[in-house]
Amino acid sequence: MASNSFLKRIDLARLIIAEFFVFLCITAVALRLNLAELITSSLSRIGMWSVLVLAMLPAIVSGIGPNFGVSLGIICGLLGGLTALELAYRLDEIVQFSPGILFLMAILFSLPFALLVGVGYGWLLNRVKGSEMMIATYVGFSIVSIMKLAWVFLPFTNPEMAWPIGRGVRVQVALGNRGLAQLLNNFLAIRIGEVVIPTGLLLSGALCALLVWFFMRSQTGMAMAAAGSNPRFAQAAGISVDRQRIIGTVLSTVLGAVGILIYSQSYGFLQLYEGPMFMPFVAVAAILIGGASVSKANITHVVVGTILFLGIQVVAVPVANAFTADWSSMGEISRKIIQNGVILYALTQAGGE
Amino acid sequence: MQSKTTVLRESFVPRSIESIKQFLVSNMVTIMFVILSVLGYKVSGMTPFLFFMDITARISRNAFLVLALIIPVMAGMGLNFSIVLGAMAAQAVVIFVTHWGIGGLPGIVLAVALVTPLAALLGFLTGTLFNRTKGQEMIAGLILGYFAQGVYELIFLQLVGSLIPMSNPRLIMGSGVGVRTTIDLTGGLKYGLDWPGQYWGNDLLLRPTLPWTALGLSVLLALVLLAYQLRAEKRKRWSIPRMVASMVGIVVIAAWSIVQIRSNSQINWIRVPLLTWLVIGAACVGLHFFSKTKLGQDMRSVGQNRHVAAVAGIDVNRVRIKAIILSMVMAAWGHIIFLQNLGTFSTYGSHEQVGLYSAAALLIGGATVAKASIKHAVLGTILFHTLFIVAPAAGRQLFGDAQIGEYFRVFVAYGVIGITLAMHAWKHVLQSRSDAKPSGTEH
Repeated sequence: MASNSFLKRIDLARLIIAEFFVFLCITAVALRLNLAELITSSLSRIGMWSVLVLAMLPAIVSGIGPNFGVSLGIICGLLGGLTALELAYRLDEIVQFSPGILFLMAILFSLPFALLVGVGYGWLLNRVKGSEMMIATYVGFSIVSIMKLAWVFLPFTNPEMAWPIGRGVRVQVALGNRGLAQLLNNFLAIRIGEVVIPTGLLLSGALCALLVWFFMRSQTGMAMAAAGSNPRFAQAAGISVDRQRIIGTVLSTVLGAVGILIYSQSYGFLQLYEGPMFMPFVAVAAILIGGASVSKANITHVVVGTILFLGIQVVAVPVANAFTADWSSMGEISRKIIQNGVILYALTQAGGE
Repeated sequence: MQSKTTVLRESFVPRSIESIKQFLVSNMVTIMFVILSVLGYKVSGMTPFLFFMDITARISRNAFLVLALIIPVMAGMGLNFSIVLGAMAAQAVVIFVTHWGIGGLPGIVLAVALVTPLAALLGFLTGTLFNRTKGQEMIAGLILGYFAQGVYELIFLQLVGSLIPMSNPRLIMGSGVGVRTTIDLTGGLKYGLDWPGQYWGNDLLLRPTLPWTALGLSVLLALVLLAYQLRAEKRKRWSIPRMVASMVGIVVIAAWSIVQIRSNSQINWIRVPLLTWLVIGAACVGLHFFSKTKLGQDMRSVGQNRHVAAVAGIDVNRVRIKAIILSMVMAAWGHIIFLQNLGTFSTYGSHEQVGLYSAAALLIGGATVAKASIKHAVLGTILFHTLFIVAPAAGRQLFGDAQIGEYFRVFVAYGVIGITLAMHAWKHVLQSRSDAKPSGTEH
């Protein structure tokens, strides 16, 4: 029994991916690539994505499946970020916000958007049970594309985010001007030789994970898990399944909003327009690589998946380039193949209707 | 007497209002887009010449691809987003045919001959995958498209020139590895089907002007309608109002054509790629008769209810795979038509939006995830591409920025798919709930 469940947990697809990662790492060592640089960028990339991958967890646990529409949360986060920047600009004469306060303000402003959107989105997903993944994907695509119009028309006046000529917000809004870029990355950063550990970034990811972990153990968290894993039984036990699914969706959306702000401060820019379009697929693939399925997930899957998938993305490019300069696109190609291959594999494992 | 008229009025008036209401509700999406297209055209300030030239080209380019989506809908597999794979197969074959330097109509024939087995194989594999993801075919097809994009890039960006020997300065990048990002088909497959005569030095062969084509089409349509009305069983015949409305529409088009022909307007400069239109027409007729064959009927039964079909002795999985193979092959042919009309294409991008735009067009024509016909495909292609043409110009007129119109049309494509999918899923949930209620058990 024990070996059987072990085999089931670590199935072939994950084994191949884990081996691929080990192979890449060994090759990187053998090729004498700059390991310090690889580790540094791996760590920051893993930290950047951690909360976005974490956002998949409540969605899967509550039964709506991997949140292909986490771009909704991402957009709420971006709105929060822009609002904070706008407010800081308007109040420039009166008060100067420190970067830390500004970052907290961005999170705070994104929360009402995320709560509202999450409830509406959860309501919709309750009406389309059985097709959540496809609907979520297209709701995400639709909202991202209508937001392209919104970015043009929203009345932001801060010159740091507007185009110098023409109308609308820039494609990328720089965060460096107000000291937001790498704010968390540099917080308590530890330097060991040439390796830089972005302590603040990793800590904030860990803090979010811890909060979610505590939530899962609370009464609501337990009810949510019950609603997700066996809706009929949960309903019979007096749990409102639809309500729990909405809670899961809201939590996922909020984590998406916080996640994109953590991502953006590390990246140094808020990416608008096309930016959020395909981000959900990366997060979905990461948690699936970590061992989750479309209906089961836990924190370990988030951690393992983020490290494996984002690690591969960082290491693959220099390794491929070391072989031949003509293989410069290999990093991006391997990401596409692994990311979508894993999602497809998980869909076949779900077994359909 | 008086009582009779009141009875008549009572039975007649509410029913007609009811039926109009029903017509409006069930065709809401299409009607909305007709209004949107007309408004967009008015606002855009485009000349009729530019508009008709563009729409003629876009119909020839895209209609076949939209038709490729019909069969999987029949088989209950929803919108087949995996037609992107068929498009990739078409591009692969077009690259090789261009490499061999075969152009014109012979090049098209060769490309079609080569792409058919390749697309059939891809269709078989995709169908097998869909049989393992029943109920989630659409998301699986979408993700499969992204996956295949990675494999396609691996082959054409990295392996061609390094592992697969190929040297052709027109096609291969300067470094010797990878196919160029844009491929020019001029002097090759460009207009191979649209201008079949160019190969033999007769540019105008099979390229009548738009008014003459419209006139011919309306006469043909009128004859077909009349023949149908005379020969069909009584209960299948069209009702008088429907018939009259259609005939009025046909006469209006014919009259417009005659006015254009007699004037010296620029519209007479627009030429229709007749061979391409004939191919599209043949596909429509073929699909119509296919749905009446044994396989077509089997697909319908599978689409209505897999379990009932299985009990009736239909090999459900086999039928589903056949549906995807047919769709994939049609998509590959359709994309060859698309590429030869475009004349130059982006090696790593031209296939990306094929699924999105074709699905959006089909839905705008009034199809749903569970019901799609040739009528939906043709009407949808015209409406969607009208919007596509006028949106940037309308954006420039209204907001001084064509980009806004472009954002809008992309939103429309995604939005219409999202809304239709959600409505369908909602209806499905309600239906299964009401099915479950009378028996008192949930299944």
